[in-house]
Amino acid sequence: MLTRRVIPCLDVDNGRVVKGVSFVDIRDAGDPAELAALYNAEGADELVFLDITASSDARNTMIDVVEKVSSEVFIPLTVGGGIRSVDNMRQMLEAGADKVAVNSAAVTNPQLIEDCAKEFGAQCVVLAMDVKRVEDPIIRNFDEYGSVPSEAIFQIVTHGGRRPTAFEAVKWARFATDLGAGELLVTSMDADGQKTGYDNELLSVISDAITVPVIASGGAGELDHFYDALTVGKADAVLAASLFHFGELRVSEVKSHLAERGIPVREV
Amino acid sequence: MTENSKKPRIVVLNTRAANVHSVEKALRKVGADPIVTSDPAELETADAAVLPGVGASDAVMTALKNLDMLEPIKEFAASGKPLLCVCVGLQVLFESSEEGELPGLGLVDGNVQLIPNGMTDELGSAMKVPHMGWNEVQFTDDETERNPMFKGIPQGSHFYFVHSYRCVPDQQAEIAASTNYGVEICAAVARGNVVGTQFHPEKSGDVGLQIYKNFLDLASTTANN
Repeated sequence: MLTRRVIPCLDVDNGRVVKGVSFVDIRDAGDPAELAALYNAEGADELVFLDITASSDARNTMIDVVEKVSSEVFIPLTVGGGIRSVDNMRQMLEAGADKVAVNSAAVTNPQLIEDCAKEFGAQCVVLAMDVKRVEDPIIRNFDEYGSVPSEAIFQIVTHGGRRPTAFEAVKWARFATDLGAGELLVTSMDADGQKTGYDNELLSVISDAITVPVIASGGAGELDHFYDALTVGKADAVLAASLFHFGELRVSEVKSHLAERGIPVREV
Repeated sequence: MTENSKKPRIVVLNTRAANVHSVEKALRKVGADPIVTSDPAELETADAAVLPGVGASDAVMTALKNLDMLEPIKEFAASGKPLLCVCVGLQVLFESSEEGELPGLGLVDGNVQLIPNGMTDELGSAMKVPHMGWNEVQFTDDETERNPMFKGIPQGSHFYFVHSYRCVPDQQAEIAASTNYGVEICAAVARGNVVGTQFHPEKSGDVGLQIYKNFLDLASTTANN
């Protein structure tokens, strides 16, 4: 049986791994290649590197990071952050990334998803979506992408949650996968950093709406949260950053726990 | 490899539609010194070759045709030297594919079919296509009977897959390994020196690197005979 994936996420600023709570109060904590090797040894099924470097002229630093990590660690690598063009994506793939995540740039220009999928194949294109619950949304796009559950109003936000958009999450997910996104990385901005569990309602409405794999992100704080995202949330993979990064939980602990509760995982 | 032995010339065929860089890095990791090239003439002096693959089968076949690689690959396969084909690189060995219009290389009898959609797994989850992630692989033969490319790998090891189509060889005996995703999926094909994997050994951690190590050992034997 296909196993469920456990994915550590590493936020990288100027070539160094960082992570804070809800994207503020960032702490420097290490070398990407060393951390990648550690996670690999602990049984990580995949790694996500998110470039949060502010200046675009520091992009080459990230290319070096990907180059170095992919020469040492032989599991799938996804790279995201600041990807704005087919050329940006090509640079990351040539440096050794297997998949590239697009976020804000795809909201501004959805065509980017289609262009990248045509050039490199849908399996390379991950749509990262940051989602916030709202009470009074201004949703105007993608009417042809059907209705959304009325009790669940999820709005796409960008720029670390600071900028609201007119996109509703379920319709955006359908639209983006039609354009060629091969996987969705769904982050709840409400749950992120709170350690109270993933937003399983969000995850399950998205999983039900589309046919590509969903990676759950934002909110993991304890072992059962991972189990819940994979069962109640119907996610295919679970991602966490600070929890692993600060050693509060180990990747191996999460996998053992999931195995004990009957979820198929890869043993290392 | 002994200290005096000749280092094998391993050629990684670059169709510009594949993850050649990952394959190159995995080969370097196990001690090989691969040559990544789009020049089919390099095959003439190669001890072993890899045909990687990512993307659509027609894109790979078109690239192979445009690069004048079709006949050189067939000749290389017939030479008895190790040829490792990965993912779509495996799929284009077959006669035809439901994915595309163009015929394959026809080095393995059989065809390539779309993985059926709409099944649910034991957890009640939808089984999505592509089949993406780590799945358990069962080798057809015991360690002692197995193709040397797959020596030293425990039964039931997990490998990383990303594909929407599955290979269906005419000869059951050519299925070296399989995995289950609602239907049986051929995970590896072995026809003597021609070996293909549906999974990506370069993305499958230690068990994947073991395959590249075995490949390097076979290439060294070829180089020193």
